[in-house]
Amino acid sequence: MNALRRHRELERIWSAQPGWRGKLTTVNNNDIGLMFLFTAVTFFVIAGILAMLIRAQLASPRSAFMGPDIYNQVFTMHGTIMMFLFAIPLFEGLTIYLLPKMLGTRDLAFPRLSAFGFWCYLFGGSMLIFALVAGIAPDSGWFLYPPLSSTLGSPGINPDFWLLGITFVEISAISAAVEIVATVLLYRAPGMSLDKLPIFAWYMLIVAVMILTAFPPLILGSILLELERAFGMPFFQAESGGDSLLWQHLFWLFGHPEVYIIFLPAAGVVSTVLPVMARTTLLGYGWIVAAAAALGVLSFGLWVHHMYATGIPHMGLAFFSAASTLVALPTGIQIFAWIGTIWKGRPEMHLPMLWILAFFATFVMGGLTGVMVAMVPFDWQSHDTYFVVAHFHYVLVGGFVFPMLAGLYYWLPNFTGRKRYFKLGETAFWLIVLGFHGTFLLLHWAGLLGMRRRIDFIEVGSGWELINLLASIGGFVMAIGFALVLIDVAVNAAVAGRGRRNPWRAGTLDWAMPSPSPSFNLASLPVIRSRYPLHDDPDLPLRIARGEGYLGTPPADGRREILMVEIASGRPKHLVIFPTNSALPIVMALVTGSFFVGMLIKAYWLIPLSLLGVTGLGIWWAWSLGSQEDQSPQDVGNGLALPLASHASEPPGWWGSLFLLLANGVFFGSLLFGYAFLWTVAPNWPPPSYLEPGITGPALALGGAVLTLVGIRMADRALQRGAGSLPGLLLSFAGLAALAAAGVTVLTGTAHNAHAYDATLWVVAGYVLLHLALAGLMKAFLALRVTAGYVSAQRIGEARIVRLWSDYAVGVALIGLAAAWLPGVLT
Amino acid sequence: MMWWVLLFGSAAIFLLVLVLLVVGFYRPSGPATPEAEARRERIWIWGLGLGFSMTILAALTAYGLVVGERLLPRPGPEVVTVRAEASQWVWRFSYADVPGRTTEGVLHIPARRPIDVEITSTDVIHSFWAPRLAGKLDAIPGHVNVLRIEADNPGDYAGVSAEFNGRGYAGHRFTVRAHDKAEWDAFLQGEAR
Repeated sequence: MNALRRHRELERIWSAQPGWRGKLTTVNNNDIGLMFLFTAVTFFVIAGILAMLIRAQLASPRSAFMGPDIYNQVFTMHGTIMMFLFAIPLFEGLTIYLLPKMLGTRDLAFPRLSAFGFWCYLFGGSMLIFALVAGIAPDSGWFLYPPLSSTLGSPGINPDFWLLGITFVEISAISAAVEIVATVLLYRAPGMSLDKLPIFAWYMLIVAVMILTAFPPLILGSILLELERAFGMPFFQAESGGDSLLWQHLFWLFGHPEVYIIFLPAAGVVSTVLPVMARTTLLGYGWIVAAAAALGVLSFGLWVHHMYATGIPHMGLAFFSAASTLVALPTGIQIFAWIGTIWKGRPEMHLPMLWILAFFATFVMGGLTGVMVAMVPFDWQSHDTYFVVAHFHYVLVGGFVFPMLAGLYYWLPNFTGRKRYFKLGETAFWLIVLGFHGTFLLLHWAGLLGMRRRIDFIEVGSGWELINLLASIGGFVMAIGFALVLIDVAVNAAVAGRGRRNPWRAGTLDWAMPSPSPSFNLASLPVIRSRYPLHDDPDLPLRIARGEGYLGTPPADGRREILMVEIASGRPKHLVIFPTNSALPIVMALVTGSFFVGMLIKAYWLIPLSLLGVTGLGIWWAWSLGSQEDQSPQDVGNGLALPLASHASEPPGWWGSLFLLLANGVFFGSLLFGYAFLWTVAPNWPPPSYLEPGITGPALALGGAVLTLVGIRMADRALQRGAGSLPGLLLSFAGLAALAAAGVTVLTGTAHNAHAYDATLWVVAGYVLLHLALAGLMKAFLALRVTAGYVSAQRIGEARIVRLWSDYAVGVALIGLAAAWLPGVLT
Repeated sequence: MMWWVLLFGSAAIFLLVLVLLVVGFYRPSGPATPEAEARRERIWIWGLGLGFSMTILAALTAYGLVVGERLLPRPGPEVVTVRAEASQWVWRFSYADVPGRTTEGVLHIPARRPIDVEITSTDVIHSFWAPRLAGKLDAIPGHVNVLRIEADNPGDYAGVSAEFNGRGYAGHRFTVRAHDKAEWDAFLQGEAR
């Protein structure tokens, strides 16, 4: 088979269906990645227009352009869209597109999940844009502090759009994170051990783990606030034992790591692009990985530095102030490693390099003002002024947007297959950089003069008029620059001449394919021996195209084949058959969306229908994989035969479940944190009475837990012996029922809207019951799969996935019920 | 004072980074041997990344803590206690020394005496900020935060709400009126405005 024919065959197997239908049903990482990027840029344009409205309002004192009702929506939505609908989805899209290429594989771990995530993102984001257009958008600031955002301060529907829309969008962040972790760990080119990972993959692995641990507190906070708004459960109302500070803790437990979640992908781009531009290799690879990981860990210890002015005890402030400055250390290591890389090589001044230099200048200044606001005495004066606004724009625009523009121009040939011909990009560069500094350098000053953020007008004679006028002019210059970038990219994508492969002479595998990238990414999977395979062997792309790597023979039955490797060594371990194009993800996202819409318009009859729909589709989703008979190891080329992944005891789905449960566990942990926080800090505690557990509840719980744990293990043993698994499954099912009965006693013993204590118990019990129901459903599903012949002694993976979820359900049930009963026992 | 230390320190570090960057462009590329690589890691990572950053940050943190310590409220016989209660969009003040007396929009204090302001809220979160007297502290429903302020001279000091609180935010202001001894005694007698 020659290279061209191989290319055509693989393209037929991996590409989307033609036309619009293809866009709706595609699960391919190239399509999904570009769809993410395109949508994120669209949201960026919308939020950019909102920014221009803000600058227009503040350009003159006492402006009559917008009243506070509109202005408050405008600045709230500017922040919300930039953070949730632009920054995170943009790097997710870039990663979804690039990661399989860099890792030398063909797609992400769970293709249908990427598609599902995209549709959730698009639909959830559209809900928010609808609210904006209809004039009923959230208006209490992007961090939505209650009571202002609760029924007291915002009786209308506005905050509901935020709480439900953003939670819907966060499904895409969590699914992308699971996807990225599983892909980096399991799907790589043979021989790519962890120490040979492209640096970008290391960064994204760390970012994905951070998403899994940082987003659950936000999702929890959004759910609690929505429950308060919809059903009067008083989590944030002081008079009923709630505390508005709980929201701030949950929000910033997410919000601070979020800053690094946004910065680290950009740092990954810099670490990838900079060495290529300097014609050398990255200095201190191991140190950079360690610094990025340290940043990830430290960022979780800092959330309180957004709350210095809330009356935190002094010792606490000292600790968080020290931690806030400590976080500058790994950032410093990275900055100096990058400068050292420039010293080591021969830097060339292409457009991506220009953007990296703009990043250096801007980000270092933003970092230094960051150290200033980490000083508690300074923060007490600058908090909530334009000094802080200017600081975080330096960090976010300088530390994220500029590196992403470097990345855009660096990978543009890979997206389009063309060589940039029109040079609008250079003009745009100067407009954006000068416009940016013209705007925000001045706004530091306005903040020091006492200008508060979020005021809808400035007074005549305040002394801020000229600063604001100049800042607005700078803002419009910057906006023109961004418009030029879009035009530059569109024109070059449409009409510039064909470019050659690997125009930058880079060493990583993202350039080992023709441009634009084919849907299957690599025609065969090469063996990797270093971090820069294309530097070792410049002919590698040709050998890949000739099918000299693994999986170079497209299968006649048209199945999508990919290799799963051992985590540390990268040794090929299993052959995985991927699902093909499907409408399931978009339908699933629509049905999921009906849940959120039902909550939003208070059409609660829709909720059970949506849940039923999601369950049905979930079963369909999971049913379509696997095989009904034991199969022998399959030929993957180069004389190697590997077992199918459906024959693994820990298949990819098991790993995906593990990472999802990590996020889930953090969610549950945040809930317990909230419970403990209310108990110890909130006013109006203790509640009038505690729930008395009695004897029946705990007995049911303990007995149920033992039955569930033992039953699922009996079923597993039986499957391994080839015997009937039904007795074990039934036993564990009975155990789940007993646990659920114990959980129901918590609900019947409390009233959901009486006191924050009761409301919290309802959420804990609800969470436990949900997971018991889920485990029950999975066991029923497993029983059907066994009957249909999908599970055997050799194909035991699905049973192991069910066991994992069942064990988790037992764990959270025991912990949750104990937490609910403990106060009643102690008093 | 703190501001100038921070500003000049930052400017110096920023210039150092820029100079290092620019020099990097005009230098010939170095050798690629393992020894050269190890030497580079010693200079860039150990020396600049770890050593330099750590020294600066440690000094700065210590400095910040010392300055912060000086701002802490300490109990004393001279301390006057007042209460500030924020609502959308008005500030109400009451006085421990004059029970029953409340003022709206104007906080009366004696000059040159330490004042503890007990800050709370009746509805949403606000923040008490009189920039020339002290930093800001939040007014949170259900909590009372205590802020120590002191006015060096009699006169009016501007104050604002510094946490976004809805549509009347921009105009949510108050005045701190510091009185000399005679005026303050008159206020305590219920005579001053």
